Amino acid sequence: MRQLLVILFSQAFVNNFMLSRILGTCPFIGVSQQVETATGMSLAVVFVMTVASAITWLVQNFILNPLNMAYLQTVAFILVIAALVQLIEMVIKKSSPSLYRALGIYLPLITTNCAVLGVAIINYQANYNLLESAVSGAAGGLGWALAIILFAAIRERQRLAPIPRAMEGFPIALVTTGLLAMAFLGFSGFDVARFMGL
Amino acid sequence: MSPLKAFTNGIYKENPIFKLLLGMCPTIAVSLAVSNGIGMGLAATFVLVGSNLIISLLRKFIPSEIRIPCFIVVIATFVTIVDLSMEAYLPQLHQVLGVFVPLIVVNCIILARAEAFASKNGPVASIMDGLGMGLGFTLALVVISLIREPLGTGVIFAAADLGFDGIKLFPAEYAASVVTQPVGGFITLGLLLGLVNLITDKKKDKQG
Repeated sequence: MRQLLVILFSQAFVNNFMLSRILGTCPFIGVSQQVETATGMSLAVVFVMTVASAITWLVQNFILNPLNMAYLQTVAFILVIAALVQLIEMVIKKSSPSLYRALGIYLPLITTNCAVLGVAIINYQANYNLLESAVSGAAGGLGWALAIILFAAIRERQRLAPIPRAMEGFPIALVTTGLLAMAFLGFSGFDVARFMGL
Repeated sequence: MSPLKAFTNGIYKENPIFKLLLGMCPTIAVSLAVSNGIGMGLAATFVLVGSNLIISLLRKFIPSEIRIPCFIVVIATFVTIVDLSMEAYLPQLHQVLGVFVPLIVVNCIILARAEAFASKNGPVASIMDGLGMGLGFTLALVVISLIREPLGTGVIFAAADLGFDGIKLFPAEYAASVVTQPVGGFITLGLLLGLVNLITDKKKDKQG
């Protein structure tokens, strides 16, 4: 249990996917104009990252490892993730139209979100078991969600600020992300295990 | 489009980083040292050229409904080739680039070129487009690393795999290590993009 808490805290804060590992920048800047859309995207990302972590663990341990085909990892993972996103989209469309309306347009974008493939590979490298992988995926997604929602709130305010013409749009968004990353730098070197008395 | 034009297009006019704003994650994460930038850039160039060629050759056979998964399989194959070769021949670079080598698969530039160029043009033009885009990406990575490496470490052109410690510009204790953190990457790229906009605007003002 404690081990899971350590994974949760370190994936969400200390090694924040967006601000410390730098994964998922394109949607982070692309879909952060409003807090509402940022929240929708975050929910989709948390969901897909959790499920993808579990599924890729199963693929690695029950298909690739027994067949000695670990070198096909990248190909297998990206295909599984692409198929998974399609499947989730279809299931949500059938079972919950209201959730589909909220998440629908964000789901196809997630296939190319590098945080999803990133978490699958990071889980494999860290040698997590099935439960730990799923927790790590969820925590990574939540950390990404925290970053994008904070960022969207800043950008809503920023629209009223006088910004030099050359810095409008992407440039100022990147500088703002840099300052957010600086705040999260406060977590770096934080020993989660020791903090929790392990 | 003529092959030469397809080649030069990617380097400045449609530079993937400075103009199209694609592939931000590896750009910021990897541009800590010039050697990393070159390694990452050339790896991505190889994947771009290979996937553009194959997709261009297969463009008449791939049904348009399932083209994206087909493109991804082709791209992932080339990424696997790069990943395994780099692990064998440049182990230290592979270690530093880490998770970003397999993540070339989801680098938006590659899928975007497959979709926007290779699936519509012949093999020669597609190779040139891949080469131009790849070198444009490499160039952008080198420009960013040229700023971050000396500011963050006090050393320039360090390359661990070649056994070269780099040229010392000033003692390491005066270096601002925050520049090598993600913070430095985001802010450097943001300011560089602002500079590119400023230059483009000035050019437009002169013409108009």
